[in-house]
Amino acid sequence: MAEYKGVMIYGEVTEGKLAAIATELLGCGRKLADDLGQELCAVLAGSDISSLAQEAIAFGADKVYVVDDPLLKDYQTDSYVLTLEKVVKQVMPQILILGQTSIGGDLAPRLAFRLETAASMGCVELAIDPDSKLMRQTRPVYGGNAQAIFTGETYPQIATVRAKAMSPLKRDTSRQGEIITIEAGLDPSAIRTKVLKKVTEEVEGVKLEDAEAVVCGGRGIGGADGFKQLEELAKLLNGAVGATRPPCDNGWVPDGWQVGLTGKIVTPDLYIAVAVSGSSQHMSGCSGSKNIIAINKDPEANIFKEAHFGIVGDWKKVIPAFTEKVKELLAG
Amino acid sequence: MNMIVCVKQVIDPEAPPASFKVDPSSNTVALPSGISPVISPFDENAVEAALRIKDAQGGKITAISLGINLLRDVVRKPLSMGADELILLDDEAFAGGDSWSTAYALAMAIKKIGEYDLIFCGRQAADWDAGQVGSGIAEILGLPSVTLAKKIDITDGKARVERVTTDGYEVIEVPLPALITVSNELGEPRYATIRGIMAAKKKEPVIWKPADIGSEPSQLGAAGRRTKLLKLFQPVREGKCEIIEEDSPEEAAVSLALKLREAKIL
Repeated sequence: MAEYKGVMIYGEVTEGKLAAIATELLGCGRKLADDLGQELCAVLAGSDISSLAQEAIAFGADKVYVVDDPLLKDYQTDSYVLTLEKVVKQVMPQILILGQTSIGGDLAPRLAFRLETAASMGCVELAIDPDSKLMRQTRPVYGGNAQAIFTGETYPQIATVRAKAMSPLKRDTSRQGEIITIEAGLDPSAIRTKVLKKVTEEVEGVKLEDAEAVVCGGRGIGGADGFKQLEELAKLLNGAVGATRPPCDNGWVPDGWQVGLTGKIVTPDLYIAVAVSGSSQHMSGCSGSKNIIAINKDPEANIFKEAHFGIVGDWKKVIPAFTEKVKELLAG
Repeated sequence: MNMIVCVKQVIDPEAPPASFKVDPSSNTVALPSGISPVISPFDENAVEAALRIKDAQGGKITAISLGINLLRDVVRKPLSMGADELILLDDEAFAGGDSWSTAYALAMAIKKIGEYDLIFCGRQAADWDAGQVGSGIAEILGLPSVTLAKKIDITDGKARVERVTTDGYEVIEVPLPALITVSNELGEPRYATIRGIMAAKKKEPVIWKPADIGSEPSQLGAAGRRTKLLKLFQPVREGKCEIIEEDSPEEAAVSLALKLREAKIL
């Protein structure tokens, strides 16, 4: 397939800025492009986003394709699939990578089917096979119990990448690159959905994904009240509170607190798992943490295979005493 | 409301991680002994989404499942919960597929069903976690799709969907017919009642083979894959957990805090 060349990343824009995931994709894409001896480009789609093209260059893109159109103001499947389809057919990248976000996770599969190619979702590693020159896509499967390596021979090879799996390059504003505008050329009637409302759930204090310390509660917390104790500890540590799926599904805590394969991915210095069994789905969200502390009354709990330090005991007795001692140590 | 829900039989994701074993020579996972497969959890959320609409405004729910060695007790779950019909695409030809060949087969089956207002899928299957089949079916059938639904209301031939985003949610309006993928934020799926289970046992699932859905064998199962699985493995967990043991949980807590302070983690 000599016509397909180059690595393209989808540069997601959040709150008028290039999203962190986009910079991570550029870091990852740069290596793939260098291994292939090809160019790295970024595609930015949205409304009033042209000024961000230079930022994508600063983070490693050789070229940036900008599709700036009022109809692209909010992400919608139809408009973005059509736009990316147009860009891909014009640019013909060999590889297209997107972030595994609520946008990338929606856009990539539909686009792959539209282009009659294949996508691998939520990858933690991407590499060029030295012999075949095809992209090897490594991703967690079976809820994180295993990892699988996929490849494909259809183009472009599409993958979405998990947050924090890759590192951005150092931002270098002296980098030069080319900015190319592509007209969206969208037919409004082709956009079948309407965005009626967007709701941001306000987070008090530190954001979970950015926190240096996370206190996470599991099913064993038993109810919303128990989480108040974890909030106190998290505050002391200048961190955030997270949860496994059951507390969220039971309505004890907001859904946004969920850490896991389909929740938030966190990589704090300190991760304290309280009454958490340590299922693979959950560990997928926190295994990148530097120090994992486990408190669980079941000595057989899987979390003890994943943690660095642990106490086998009742969290209702451990956490108050731990919080007190931490208060004392941090004050002194 | 005429609704279709796609459900997949998978290895129980709640099975203890220790019971999970990959056979590296065949790149497959052995069914853990003594642990029954289940309907993939997000697919149960999808069934629940359909049932809530049926409760609110009536309708018919057809569950459809593709696979091999489908255990009737497992795949009957949607019926026990309140779905009306069950169609099984149960054949060797369907096996070993990826998102592409699976979406194709399900889309062909849905074309054969013919009439529908809504198609529900779980956001991703608990085994391969790919999260593509729903969108793929929608693309093949030319339907609008909305993913990651946590709430769905139907009025005037349109669905109003609350869709999960990174820091909250958005409300999307989509005309019917449409395909919606459902996430756990929708809430706990209802339990099957004894009555539901008894009624489900009396319903015979309809079995369709490749010829029944008029599909090209080259596009089904393993033959129809667009991705190649190179390797399936369990990452080796290194490192040991230091268990802090003292006479009481409170003393252990203090000891832990001191240890973390010493290690400059606190």
